[in-house]
Amino acid sequence: MLTIENLQVSVEGKPILKGLSLTVEAGRVHAIMGPNGSGKSTLAHVLAGREGYEVTGGNVRFGDEDLLALEPEERAHAGLFLAMQYPVEIPGVANMYFLRQAINAICKARGQDEIPAAEFMRKVREQARLLGIGEELLKRDLNAGFSGGEKKRNEILQMALLEPRLCILDETDSGLDIDALRTVADGVNRLRSPERAFLVITHYQRLLDYIVPDVVHIMADGRIQRTGGPELARELEERGYEGLLGTKLAA
Amino acid sequence: MATAFDTVKDYTEAEYKYGFVTPVEEDRFPPGLNEEVVRRLSAKKEEPAWLTEWRLAALRRFLSMEVPDWQKVRFAPIDFQAISYYAAPRQKERPKSLDEIDPEIRRTYDKLGIPIREQEILAGVAVDYVFDSVSVATTFKRKLEQLGVIFCSMSEAVREHPELVRKYLGSVVPPGDNFFAALNSAVFSDGSFVYVPKGVRCPMELSTYFRINAAGTGQFERTLIIADEGSYVSYLEGCTAPMRDENQLHAAVVELVALDDAEIKYSTVQNWYPGDKEGRGGIYNFVTKRGACRGKRSKISWTQVETGSAITWKYPSCILQGDDSVGEFYSVAVTNHRQQADTGTKMIHIGKRTRSRIVSKGISAGRSDNTYRGLVRILKSAEGARNHTQCDSMLIGDRCGAHTVPYIEVQNKTARCEHEATTSKISEDQLFYCRQRGISEEDAVALIVNGFCREVMNELPMEFAVEARKLLGISLEGSVG
Repeated sequence: MLTIENLQVSVEGKPILKGLSLTVEAGRVHAIMGPNGSGKSTLAHVLAGREGYEVTGGNVRFGDEDLLALEPEERAHAGLFLAMQYPVEIPGVANMYFLRQAINAICKARGQDEIPAAEFMRKVREQARLLGIGEELLKRDLNAGFSGGEKKRNEILQMALLEPRLCILDETDSGLDIDALRTVADGVNRLRSPERAFLVITHYQRLLDYIVPDVVHIMADGRIQRTGGPELARELEERGYEGLLGTKLAA
Repeated sequence: MATAFDTVKDYTEAEYKYGFVTPVEEDRFPPGLNEEVVRRLSAKKEEPAWLTEWRLAALRRFLSMEVPDWQKVRFAPIDFQAISYYAAPRQKERPKSLDEIDPEIRRTYDKLGIPIREQEILAGVAVDYVFDSVSVATTFKRKLEQLGVIFCSMSEAVREHPELVRKYLGSVVPPGDNFFAALNSAVFSDGSFVYVPKGVRCPMELSTYFRINAAGTGQFERTLIIADEGSYVSYLEGCTAPMRDENQLHAAVVELVALDDAEIKYSTVQNWYPGDKEGRGGIYNFVTKRGACRGKRSKISWTQVETGSAITWKYPSCILQGDDSVGEFYSVAVTNHRQQADTGTKMIHIGKRTRSRIVSKGISAGRSDNTYRGLVRILKSAEGARNHTQCDSMLIGDRCGAHTVPYIEVQNKTARCEHEATTSKISEDQLFYCRQRGISEEDAVALIVNGFCREVMNELPMEFAVEARKLLGISLEGSVG
């Protein structure tokens, strides 16, 4: 579904990704772990099409499309979703209204009819209930004054409703207490399906106790350094980045 | 790091949808302004002698006045002798029924999306259609008459209800009030007149749609709304004009009078042609709007969404005379490209426990300049008066300007005034977030700007809120890139 080949990316002339290759198949959950500054969030942003990153080499295929040639909204239309580390506030725009705009924008881009109001409401309420999101939070301005946990749960709500093919979770566990972490993980697990792939970016092993990955990659210095099964995450937990990668790469 | 706003793309295709010209035969005066022109205009409208004299007095005042220069907006001197002060579609007499209207004019309003008929889409709205200098149609008159509500063109009001016109005309904005009000008083051609009798709650929105069509003219309409004791009326005006290289002057006067316990809600969706991206052409919208809360517990509420015009220069104001009266001003002013706006309000507190609320949202993009200028004056007599002002500016790009110029004068110690102001930018984070969810950049800007303006948009009558929301998006097309 997603094939990254030798991806090289610079920010303000400084190389961050230095020839990263990765293949993600439908139905699989890939975890990407790595120390701070390893390039994890850069990868997430480049895949989603954020400005400010210069791709200096390599290519990325998403399905049969050249992902890097698409605008951010076109990537969303193609089924790519990024749950952000820092969801942004948009004052004056109600959470529910925003959701509806997003869903309809995607429907329109795919040549489908807009979702009828009643069906939309039913779906939102159902998903919100599963994520412990109250009616009040749906009516509030998007992310404005939301707690850390509320923001992250709201990201998962959007993910559930937009029904993407590829979900990228960028440090979704940061700033979450254990209960919120569980709720978010349950939300993600409910969305696992044979057609859908996940790229879970995290610093800690903790999240992977709840979202059990099929494949674990350890990233450092702009490349994937090691790849393995869930046991690799546990090994990392025991030995630390330094023990696993050596002093130079873990810095 | 490169940002979305490093370069603010010059306008590409953001089109002004209303820029067409209607081919109608016009009856018009040659350019020029003098006593003879005013007399001819007054004669053409078969006005009584008192009104002719009133106009002439205003003209004399006008000729003795200077163009004001305290404003932030800048424009080349206007040659008042080069303007034709009367242009009207040629017709033998005003059509007696809506069916007799010139098909060309009918098509114009169809194209503008407000067809002249007592239509189902706008079933709750009565419309007065003003085309250049004259009113060409008014819908739902019968229905309103049954309640005693008078809704007609100003010319008709002068003929049919001279006592009301004479009593109130110029009572809120006197002819010598300011330069453009004096000009308007001398040459006003038409406009809308509303009278709501005691205790009547007007059951439908009243609306006037202003259209400038002819070249080389200005539009000088005069609107007068009187809400008698305990009555309520909601009124809305909309405006558009063809695209032309010349600047055209729109110098209107609007007067509102609210008696005891009466309420007037006045909404404007202003979309005059703004000029092209280089600042050529466009309407000069220099308008005097003022409401007098004469009665106790009366209320006047102004809501404006200003997206058009090359220059917008106006301050819809409230004179809070009656004890416990309330004045409100809700404004969204959007400027893009080379547009300039200097707009705000004046709240003059005279009566006891009078209250006012000001919410102003200014959005600047391109190379435009957007100024909020507001005066809150609390006189000695205004025991316990209160004001709350909130001024928010949003900048799109880095070549535009936003300015806030509040004046607060308090002469009574028991009064309370609060002023809050913020300035923000649409962040790259917000845009990226929206786009990642599938929303295009232009739609994202419209969404964020609409959110920023929500408090004001909520004040608009339902029928128009949707249109106004779209208009905000269209006005900002091409503002980021």
